[in-house]
Parts: sequence; structure tokens; C-alpha cells
Amino acid sequence: MTWPILSIIIILPLVGAAFIFALQGDDEAIRNNARWAALWATLLTFLVSLFLVAGFDRGIPDFQFVENRPWLGGVIRYHLGVDGISLPFVILTTALMPVAILASFQAIEHRVKEYMIAFLLLETLMIGTFAALDIVLFYVFFEGGLIPMFLIIGVWGGKRRVYASFKFFLYTLLGSVLMLLAILAMYRYAGTSDITVLLTHGFPRSWQPYLFLAFLASFAVKLPMWPVHTWLPDAHVEAPTAGSVILAAILLKMGGYGFIRFSLPMFPAASEFFAPMMFALSVMAIIYTSFVALMQEDVKKLIAYSSVAHMGFVTMGIFTLSREGVQGGIFQMFSHGIVSGALFLCVGVIYDRMHTREIDAYGGLVNRMPLYAAAFMVFTLANVGLPGTSGFVGEFLTLLAAFKVNTTVALFATLGVILSAAYALWLYRRVIFGALEKRKLAGILDLSPREIIILAPLVALTVLFGIWPNAVLDTSAASVSMLVDRTHAALAAGQKAALLMGVH
Amino acid sequence: MDIAFGPIFPEILVIAGALALLLLGAIRGERVAGIVDIAAIAVLVLAAILTVFLPGEKIELFGGSFVVDNFSRFLKVLALLGSAASLLLSIDYFRAKDIHRYEFGILVLTSAAGMMVMISARDLIMLYLGLELMSLSLYVIAAIDRDNLRSTESGLKYFVLGGLSSGMLLYGASLIYGFTGTVAFSGIAAAAKVPTNGLIFGLVFLFAGLAFKVSAVPFHMWTPDVYEGAPTPVTAFFAAAPKVAAVALFLRVAIEAFPGIVPQWQQIIIFISIASMILGAFAAIGQRNIKRLMAYSSIGHVGYALVGLAAGTPTGVQGVLVYMAIYVAMTLGTFACILAMRRAGGMVEEIDELAGLARTQPMVAFFLAALLFSLAGIPPLAGFFAKFYVFLAAIDAKLYTLAVIGVMSSVVGAYYYLRIVKLMYMDEPAGAFLPMPNELRLVLGICGLFVIFFFLYPSPLVAAAEAAAKSLF
Repeated sequence: MTWPILSIIIILPLVGAAFIFALQGDDEAIRNNARWAALWATLLTFLVSLFLVAGFDRGIPDFQFVENRPWLGGVIRYHLGVDGISLPFVILTTALMPVAILASFQAIEHRVKEYMIAFLLLETLMIGTFAALDIVLFYVFFEGGLIPMFLIIGVWGGKRRVYASFKFFLYTLLGSVLMLLAILAMYRYAGTSDITVLLTHGFPRSWQPYLFLAFLASFAVKLPMWPVHTWLPDAHVEAPTAGSVILAAILLKMGGYGFIRFSLPMFPAASEFFAPMMFALSVMAIIYTSFVALMQEDVKKLIAYSSVAHMGFVTMGIFTLSREGVQGGIFQMFSHGIVSGALFLCVGVIYDRMHTREIDAYGGLVNRMPLYAAAFMVFTLANVGLPGTSGFVGEFLTLLAAFKVNTTVALFATLGVILSAAYALWLYRRVIFGALEKRKLAGILDLSPREIIILAPLVALTVLFGIWPNAVLDTSAASVSMLVDRTHAALAAGQKAALLMGVH
Repeated sequence: MDIAFGPIFPEILVIAGALALLLLGAIRGERVAGIVDIAAIAVLVLAAILTVFLPGEKIELFGGSFVVDNFSRFLKVLALLGSAASLLLSIDYFRAKDIHRYEFGILVLTSAAGMMVMISARDLIMLYLGLELMSLSLYVIAAIDRDNLRSTESGLKYFVLGGLSSGMLLYGASLIYGFTGTVAFSGIAAAAKVPTNGLIFGLVFLFAGLAFKVSAVPFHMWTPDVYEGAPTPVTAFFAAAPKVAAVALFLRVAIEAFPGIVPQWQQIIIFISIASMILGAFAAIGQRNIKRLMAYSSIGHVGYALVGLAAGTPTGVQGVLVYMAIYVAMTLGTFACILAMRRAGGMVEEIDELAGLARTQPMVAFFLAALLFSLAGIPPLAGFFAKFYVFLAAIDAKLYTLAVIGVMSSVVGAYYYLRIVKLMYMDEPAGAFLPMPNELRLVLGICGLFVIFFFLYPSPLVAAAEAAAKSLF
């Protein structure tokens, strides 16, 4: 280990932010420089993060690129590292940030400087969340993301932006402070805040339900799970396009990542005990929010509800406590990151032109915007889960895992797949197909070169991961196997102990 | 006696400075008000530096009634720097209002001397002496703008209620003396191994008096009125240094004098802590005046600090000390911004006046937003680490209910801080303020940078607080 790559990609966006902060000159120059500086900072971060991919040893299930320095006195340390579970999310973050910045080039007209600073801060905090190997450090990154996101929604959002930003902030904060107490209790009990130690520590069975529920309070809101998902449609609808992209693609994944990183290995008994509840909530999310999505008149809201439904598959997969389920959950999150991000970008494209998100305001766009229609179609089909697109793999794996554990759950979840086809294809028909009747749409232009640069890589990735899912699955396989094995070993040990004591 | 005066040299310096400046003021009149302020700041900073370089071991003076240890050093430095910063904040305000009272600087010095005595007091007499020296100075300071009805009203209100609370405290102290036969904390600790009714009666009165001084619920009623009525730099001063001293006193009395009856006083502290956190969070929501809002905010923050005391452990005391240090920085920084809320027509105090500050004065808005997020306890800002340590202590002491109520109320509290951020960043500008004076910039800059970058290198403060906490046990 010569280069602290993780620290570098955490600090690089901050350097970019500091540079933009120091920009001087007339307004127009500042705006332009801020845009380009932010783009270069995120691109550079992405390029450096590719060293992680290159240097990552897929055969090793443990954490790699580890950095460990003293920080908060005593045992709380600045401890970073990635394994097969967190690496895909780190890369997803660094890869999508340049896209988000590029998508904001023209959409954001006022206070560009502050906007770019907020985004770069957010990137630092997001990478830190996925790379932190100290539970307190994790919380600092996890929670710190609220500040820039609050400002992004509240300052650059739509009409009800203030309401949405407050709802987002307070909802998430309420969930997270309970997790903080659980973190403190774990720190006290185990005498360390090191995640690598906590993973194998084995908390007493009597504590696990409380700790599990406290973590659930945070992750369920973040993911979001039904019934605490109501902040999401508001936040998505009001956020600027790039804000929605980052929210859907990365911030939501922190919840699922948290379940995999903390809940499963640290509280295996509670995970098993609460699995039926988690299945019920997942299925509710899949079916209920799919129906809700069907009824939406706002494009962004529809995609937001479909996100909740897709996250239902993730929780369902994770709590099967099986290899396929967890792998499927990770893949589903990774794929959803690309696809939902791309869908929000597609909405942004037409919103920038027409300044409305009403589905009724559109129709027949294929006549004027063939390229756009093609790109939108790829993402819609991926959202539906068509084989050959990345959306299929995650749904299939999680359904497979669920089927082995509980056929009823799998049955209802599969219904959700059909519903997702219904709302997604219906949306596509209403926006893209039909005759171009609306007078206002007559002059609408197809994708600009900048938009093509944004969407083309995402189209490629959607198809690539659809036909070559092993790119992600192989990365996470070793770590997931170790995690699932450990969880089952802990469960078996617990049962044995219970039997021995005659409590069974 | 030959070694006796070395350790209290900072106190002597502050008092001698106050007397010398009083003499100067009496001879030269109001013209020297500016010089007195600067000199008072210099005295306070010098005293703080001297305090830092005092020898580390525990020294008892005056027959054990006065102690110099790591705990007293930590808090004295904090109180002295807090006082100095408040004085710095006041210079421009009084100049702009054309109030030239050299008494202000001198009274800050005498109250600082009172605080230092409070922090080091190890018997009930010394405790009362320090407390009254501080309080009497504060009553006058609240009414320093004596031609202003609001200022004199707040001074009078403070005096009457403060007198009442001092009375309660004295009554409690006399009961404790009666039932233990001593005024020394160590003697009380030795005598109070089992809770007797008389002792608990005295304890309750003593704690009621102390709760008044730290403005904890249910003895908080004076706070919003006094904070609103007093001139703003005075409010800044009240919110920072005296609170540190009173919390220090609270810690030392509870931990050193009553270690034998922890469960008895713990329930009192838990109650006032919960009540303060909840009232601070909910009552602040409806406020339109920013000084009143800061009053409720300070009530809430005392509630959080007392969470650490409720634990009654070294970790808890460490948490309180870290909390107070960060609280002082956040409060002074915020008041620097409040003092900068000035238009051509004079000072404004309505929260709505801050609307659109991010566009008219982006740097001020940026720092104020950081301070507000920090007050709300959002990581990675310093306020989070403050809460982190007190709640860690609460979990450690198995006070789960207290911890859960505490974090919940912090979410409610976050709402009103966010509302100010929203006004600054999301609303249309209400017109620019006058440019910020340099002293305010300095204080805001230091406090803001401290709050933002605390997370980079937190260990010195945390380690100092840990050493300080250990010396109490």
C-alpha cells in the first residue's frame, strides 16, 4: 500500500470545492469556471477511483486499500477500506457524479458556485459513507450528507422545495439519531468502534432486536421502505434533476448498504427473527407503490414511486439471508443506480425544454425526438426488468432467493414485476408514442451533443451489465459468501447454545 | 503561606486589573471607555494564558476551600476566553449606540473573577462568594444601557429572580451544613454516605439555586426576557461565560460533595435535563425575535450538557466539558452574526430580517449556517461531537430513556435552526445589512472555523477535557 487511494478520492472533491469557493471575477466567468472546475474534479475523482477497480483482488473477501489513522482520541479511528460489497457503490458514486454535474450545466442558472460546492461536498460524504470502516466515522459521513442535500433541494428545487427539503431533512434525521444511540451502545458494549471487529463480535441475543430496530429506523427511512417512504416522492419531485439523480442513484443505496454491512452480520439473530416483517414490508412496498405509481400524473413522481418498489426487491433479497439474495440485492441497487439516475436525467431533458413534468403535457415525442425516444426506451425496459438489461439480473436473483425461502413472498413480488411493466410502459406510451398533437411540442428539439454525452454511457452500461452481470457479481461474490457464511454460523451457534441451555 | 498565592495569580491579576481600570475610569471619565475595554480584554487573555501554564498537579488553598486542578484550569480558560470574546463583540455596538460606559469592561472583569472563584470553590462559603460576585456584576451589566427601559427592566427582573434563587441556594446550603456539620465538599462527601431527609431537602434547594443560574427548566423563566431586553453584546456574554461557570459549579458540587447519594441527585438532574431539552426545542419554534430564540436554544443546550452530569461518571463530566467548550464557540459565533444585523436605521432583531442573507453577504451566511447546523448537532460539525460525548456517557450509565428523549428533542430542535438557514438561503433578500465590523468578523471567523474544522483534529480538546474530568474523581 503506497497510495492512500480512498483518502485521495475523498479529498479530491473537497479540493475542487475549495477551488470553486475561492473563485473571483465577474459573475459569468465564475459561473463558467465553477461548472468546469466541478466537472474536472469529479472526472479526476472517477479516474483515480478506477485504480481501486484495477488493484482490487476479487479473490479476497476482506477489506482492501485499508487506511487506519488515529482520529477522535482513544479507539475511534479514521479507518477506511473497501470490500466487494462497498466497492461497487464507491465506483457508482464516482461514475455518476460527473454525469450529474454535466446535467446541471444548463439547468442551473443562478448561484452556480454554491451549487457546485454543495455537490462536491456531497460526493466526499457519499464516498466516505461507503468506505468508512469505523462506525462513528460512518455515521459522520452518513449524516453529514443531509446538509448539502437539504440545500440542494431547498435552494435549487421546484415550487414546494422548502417543504420537501424540510421533510427530507427531518425524516432522515429522526431515523438516524436512533441509529446513533445504537452505535453508542455497540461502542460501549464492544469497547471498539472498528467495523471489522464489530462484524465478528457477536452481540448478545437479548440486545440484538433493539439494536436492529434502531438501525432499521435509519436505513428504512433512507432506503426508503414502505411506510416511511413518503418523503421520497416530495424530495424527488422538487429537487433539481441532478439532485434527483444523486438521491435515487446513491443516497438511497446507503440504506441497503447499511442493511448488508451492519444489520445482517452484526445482528444475525434479530435479522432472522425480523425477516418475516421485512418480507411483508418489502412486498407491501413492491405492490402498493407500484399501484400508486400507476396513478401518478407527474413523471418524476412516477419514477420516484417506482424507486420505492425496486428497493422493495432489495430488502426482500437481503433478508433471505442467502448468497443469491444478498448478491441480487447488491446488483439490484447497482443497476437501479444507473437506471433510475438515467430516467431522472431523461425527465430532466424534457423538463429543461418544456418546464413541466405533467405526463399529459407530452405525447408523440418520438416524432420529433427519435434519439431521445430510443434512450428512454432502453431505460424504461431496464426499469421493467427485461432480460438483457441490467434491471433483470437483480430482480431475478432476489426472486430466486425469495422463492427458496418463502414462495408466497416470491409470488407477490413477482406480481410487482408485472405491475412495474404496466406503469413503466404506460408512461412510455403516453409520453413518447401517439401523434404529436400539442402545439407547444411542435418545435421541441432532440438531444443536444451534451445530452448525448450524458446518456450514451448510461445506455451502454445498462446493456453491458445486462449481458455481463458478472462484472459486478464476481466483485462482490467473495465478500458476500463470507458474510452469509458468518451469519449462518452465528445463527447455528446461537441455536446450539439455546439447545444446550434447554431454553429452546 | 509562601506558596499560597502562586496558583491564584490569575485571579489576583483579574481583580487587580479591574481595580486599576476602575481607578483609571474614575479619574479620566467616560472618554477612556474604549481603552478600558481593550485593557480588560488584555487582562482576560493574559489571565487565560497564565492559567494554562499553572502547574498541573492539584493544589488546595485557604484550608481546602479553594482548589486549582485540571478541571478548574480547563473551565477557567474557557470562561476567560468567553468573556474576552464577548467584550470584543461589545466594542462596536456601544460605539454605534453612543454609549460610553467604562464600567462595562470593569464589571466583566469582576464577574470573570467571580466565575474563577466559582470554578475553584470547594466549600459552600467560597461557592456562594464566587456566585454572588459574578451575579451582582451581571445584574448591573444587564441594565448597563440605563436610559433604555427594556435594558433596565431586564436588569431588575434578573436581580429580583436571581436574588430569590440565591436565597434558595443559601437556604439549601445552610440545611446541608446543619445536617453534615461542615461546609467543605470533602467533609460533606464523608458525612453524606446515606441519604437523610434533611440532607436531601438541602440538596434540592441547593440544586434549585444552581438550576436557576444555568437557566435549566423549571427555573428558566427569566432567560428569554433578560436575553431579549439586555443589550445584545450583554446577551452574548450571558449566554457564554457565566453559563460555563455555573455548569462547572454544578458539576463540582454534585460530583465532589455528594458522591455517596448519586441516585438521589441523579433523578433531579435527569428531570431538569429532559425538561430543558424538550422546552428548549418546542418553545423556540414559535419565536420571531432572534435573541429570544437564542435564549430558548441556550436552555435546550444546558439540557444536553446536563445529560452528561446525569450520568455522573468521568465520561459524563468529560462530555459536559467538551459540550461547554463547543457551545461557547457556537454561541459567540452566532451572536457575532446577530450583532451584525444592523441597517441604517439601527439594530434589527427579527429572524425574518435575515432573509436572503446568502445573497447579500454570502460569507456571513455561510458561517452562520455552519454554526446553526452545528447547534442542531449535524455531523461533521463540532456540535455533533458535543452531543456525541454526552449521549455516550448517558448510554454508558444505562440512562436509555434520557438518551432517547434527548436525541428526539434534538430533531425537533433542528427544525428551528433549519428555519433560519432556510430564510438565509431560500428566501428573497430583505435588504443588505451594514458591513460587518472587523471585531465581529474576527470572532465569527474564529468560531466558525473552529466549528467547521473541529473534526479534523479533535483530540486536543477531547484529551484536555478527559484530564480535567479525571481530576474531579
